[in-house]
Amino acid sequence: MIASPKPDLVTVNIDGKEIAVPKGTNVIEAARLVNVDVPYYCYHPKLTIVGNCRMCLIEMGMPAVDPATKAPVMDPATGKQKVNWIPRPQIGCGTNVSPGLHVRTTTPMVREAREGVMEFLLINHPLDCPICYQAGECKLQEQATGYGRGYSRFVEEKNVKPKRTQLGPRVTLDDERCILCSRCIRFSKEIAKDDVLGFIDRGSYSTLTCYPGKQLENNYSLCTVDICPVGALTSTDFRFKMRVWFLKQTNSIDTESSVGANTVVWSREGVIYRITPRRNDAVNDTWMSDSARLLYKQVKADSRLQAIRVNGADSGLDMAVNAAATLCRAGSVAVVGSGRSSVEEQFLTKKFAAALQAPVFLVSRVGEGDRLLISADRNPNVRGALVTGLIRSLPAARLTELGAAIDAGRVKTVVSIGEDLVAAGLSAAQLSKVAVVYLGTHANPTSAAAKVLVPTLAVFERSGSFVNQQFRLQKFHQAVPGPPGATEDLVVLSRLATAVGAAVPAELGQLWKTIAAEIPALGTMTFANLPEAGLLLDATPYAALPFAEGETLHYKPASPAAA
Amino acid sequence: MPAPAQTRIIFQHIDEPGYTPDIACYVRNGGYEVLKQAVKRKPEELIEEVKKSGLRGRGGAGFPCGVKWGLVDRKSGKPIYLIVNADESEPGTFKDRYIIHQDPHQLIEGTMISCFANNVKQAYIYIRGEFPHGARILERAIAEARGAGLVGPNILGTNYSCEIYVHRGAGAYICGEETGLIESLEGKRAYPRIKPPYFPAVLGLYQCPTIVNNVETLCHVKYIVQHGGEAFGRIGTPGNTGTRVFCVSGHVQRPGYYEFATGTITLGQLLNDVCGGPLPGRKLKAVIPGGSSAKILKFGERFKGKRKVGAEMVDYDWGVEDVPMDFDSLGMIGTMGGSGGVIVMDDSVNMVEALANINAFYSHESCGQCTPCREGSLWMKKITTRMVHGTARTEDAALLKSVADQIPGRTICAFGEACSWPTQSFLAKFGDEFKQYPETRNAAKRNDAAALI
Repeated sequence: MIASPKPDLVTVNIDGKEIAVPKGTNVIEAARLVNVDVPYYCYHPKLTIVGNCRMCLIEMGMPAVDPATKAPVMDPATGKQKVNWIPRPQIGCGTNVSPGLHVRTTTPMVREAREGVMEFLLINHPLDCPICYQAGECKLQEQATGYGRGYSRFVEEKNVKPKRTQLGPRVTLDDERCILCSRCIRFSKEIAKDDVLGFIDRGSYSTLTCYPGKQLENNYSLCTVDICPVGALTSTDFRFKMRVWFLKQTNSIDTESSVGANTVVWSREGVIYRITPRRNDAVNDTWMSDSARLLYKQVKADSRLQAIRVNGADSGLDMAVNAAATLCRAGSVAVVGSGRSSVEEQFLTKKFAAALQAPVFLVSRVGEGDRLLISADRNPNVRGALVTGLIRSLPAARLTELGAAIDAGRVKTVVSIGEDLVAAGLSAAQLSKVAVVYLGTHANPTSAAAKVLVPTLAVFERSGSFVNQQFRLQKFHQAVPGPPGATEDLVVLSRLATAVGAAVPAELGQLWKTIAAEIPALGTMTFANLPEAGLLLDATPYAALPFAEGETLHYKPASPAAA
Repeated sequence: MPAPAQTRIIFQHIDEPGYTPDIACYVRNGGYEVLKQAVKRKPEELIEEVKKSGLRGRGGAGFPCGVKWGLVDRKSGKPIYLIVNADESEPGTFKDRYIIHQDPHQLIEGTMISCFANNVKQAYIYIRGEFPHGARILERAIAEARGAGLVGPNILGTNYSCEIYVHRGAGAYICGEETGLIESLEGKRAYPRIKPPYFPAVLGLYQCPTIVNNVETLCHVKYIVQHGGEAFGRIGTPGNTGTRVFCVSGHVQRPGYYEFATGTITLGQLLNDVCGGPLPGRKLKAVIPGGSSAKILKFGERFKGKRKVGAEMVDYDWGVEDVPMDFDSLGMIGTMGGSGGVIVMDDSVNMVEALANINAFYSHESCGQCTPCREGSLWMKKITTRMVHGTARTEDAALLKSVADQIPGRTICAFGEACSWPTQSFLAKFGDEFKQYPETRNAAKRNDAAALI
């Protein structure tokens, strides 16, 4: 027998290559480690294994041992231990590695099995790739090029099934394209905990459907579209909008809550078409919420601010910065920072506020968590504000303290970084008592009342980083340019800070040098070398804070009281 | 050589005048005496008897019953379940129905003995949906047995308690597959489970160790415990012990059920001597010896090879008539004893049409879980149906074979074999008939047209 190098590692032989893999790895994943591709449809690393597509059939065998003496049986031809190959192909997804397991993926038996399955999957498939939105990212299409016959031997009539079933408000089903892999059913049951999908009828006539009286309407329903290996489950929002191969992919972060699900923004020519999850096994696995996928819609909203205004008149950035600086130099300034700003923006906000010795408030957004990928804290970056030192304690529920200060006449100017002060708890009367400098993306009562208004960028239009609930520093990138008239937040903040006497750079690379120099927790980092999967920061300095989050996927609150 | 006499063990009282399915009649005929003796013995002893008997499962695969019981995980601390597989759905098989309808207490006694031997506290009889009457009979019989203290808490005054529940299927062939049956019993679609890891002996019903046995098998257990494993082993031939119930259907003079010591009767004796041979003026053409999924045999073909008799290897040269009806001999000639359903076809049968019938059944019964069986069975059905009812092509024979070859060994359960073996064997043995079928059909069409003029 081949001895395992470590107790938790198992040595296997895949197509002649020896590799040690952790115990419990299945053969598909083990093969992936040695760059051997095992095709599959029904297998999904985050779902239970059912082994129903039969695409991952491969040959397996174990080293031969003499049944009586337990001594290895050697092959005189090669001088190596003989391998007893199992005469039938086995599924790679359902087989976990065992010491000495031998796998062959290139034999005629394996090729025939794959070609057979491929042909079977295609005979009743409509083959409507030219009008199918999955084309370009379809597993069936992809693997047909590798294992398909290239011609059809099927002269019978294809099965007829429903073509446009609305499974729910966001998902449309084409049953004829379905290959019955059951990923969506398993996802609904196991991950979304909303068991609404199932098959009716039997054999090749099996049809995916919702249970009577139920709908696929949970906030994770679009994950079924992501994991559907074919074009059966389609996003009602995205279908027929754009060919996927035209789209540019940009890594981003979900700003919906402090979970910070990793995402990919798909855009073309400055227009975002969809957002999908990006796998991060420590944060969101391969999932994201439906609500977060719709966030791109606000980018093109009618209420988008597009003109710099000073005292109600259109203006330019220089004049706006000067006007704001003049207001600030008069003293009695308060700064309302944001848990939606990036770490970099929060750092600049801190520098700006420190130069003015102005008090900093943060707007808290606490809702109910869904125990999966939306946490109770709906700000994506409250922890960033703690790490950068913008705040020291968690934000209060409302801006009552600021309101009182205004009423008492201690605050004459409020600089708000994207926060609507009315929504955050100031009354219209309080708002009318102060001069407001507002940096924001969308029109609201605060932007209407602002003396100095600078339109800034939405999250998809800028780059930066957030610190999620796990204290994981994760970066996001600009996917599309901002609207005309909007200025990058970093530029505005850096200009403001410089104008009040704290010169800081606006460019991310330069800025990170300053950040690294001033904040020990981020001391060794640059923006460029921050990994896409994020970097866990030391959370111990903040362990005593009563964070709002309860349990979600891959996150358990430190103190049970918070749960 | 004349056929041996029947050995009626399981079917001892079937169709006996005056024999009724109630408990009084069963007890009058010595019923439940074996159970009374069994509960006084050690469970391990009973398992040992079954192991010694060499009893092989009568559901189709012929897996040794003692080995199956030996595989059960008894260390897990979880309850062990026993399931009686009464989902007798294989076309051509009707033995279990006779037992259930006419001698249900024999099954209950066999079940209770097996439960006691395996320390089972809860047993289920999974009966196919198409047997509503059988289910009612079983319900009544269990109630009677419970009333007599033979089923339920503290049976026969001992500390041992065991309940039996009847569960009716909803009409699916696949529920006869043991893991499909377990899923169905759990209330889900009867999708067979992948093995590994879901071997019933370890992770069966409700993820607990589970024994699934055929109705006839459990009746044999009663006989084994009564007479001892060694005595049972002396019936039949080594490796193929006990008796076998054959359900003969099709083109013979006297179709029906016949029980013989396994391996003592040849197929020819069974069909010609026992069943009276072919219908007048006809000739036997083909026979399926173990339920419709077994590979077909063609009269006139010969099988040669070596087989083990005692300790030595002996040459054999058999025609279809010479094959002994036991698991191993039928396995040697490339088919199987299966569930004992012997389907006979004479020269009036067109093999393409016969296969179209079988394919229609299997495509209708494929559960649809895994790809090769789901798509392959329907494809084969569509081809044969088209051949019979539409346009047959000469190339269909080769296509059918190629499709069938893509199924077995690649599916989750044995249904892949069940649905492809008929096509494979029909094509292998009657390939010419398939190739000539387009011409045969066209000629028939011409004749039909001529007749209209």
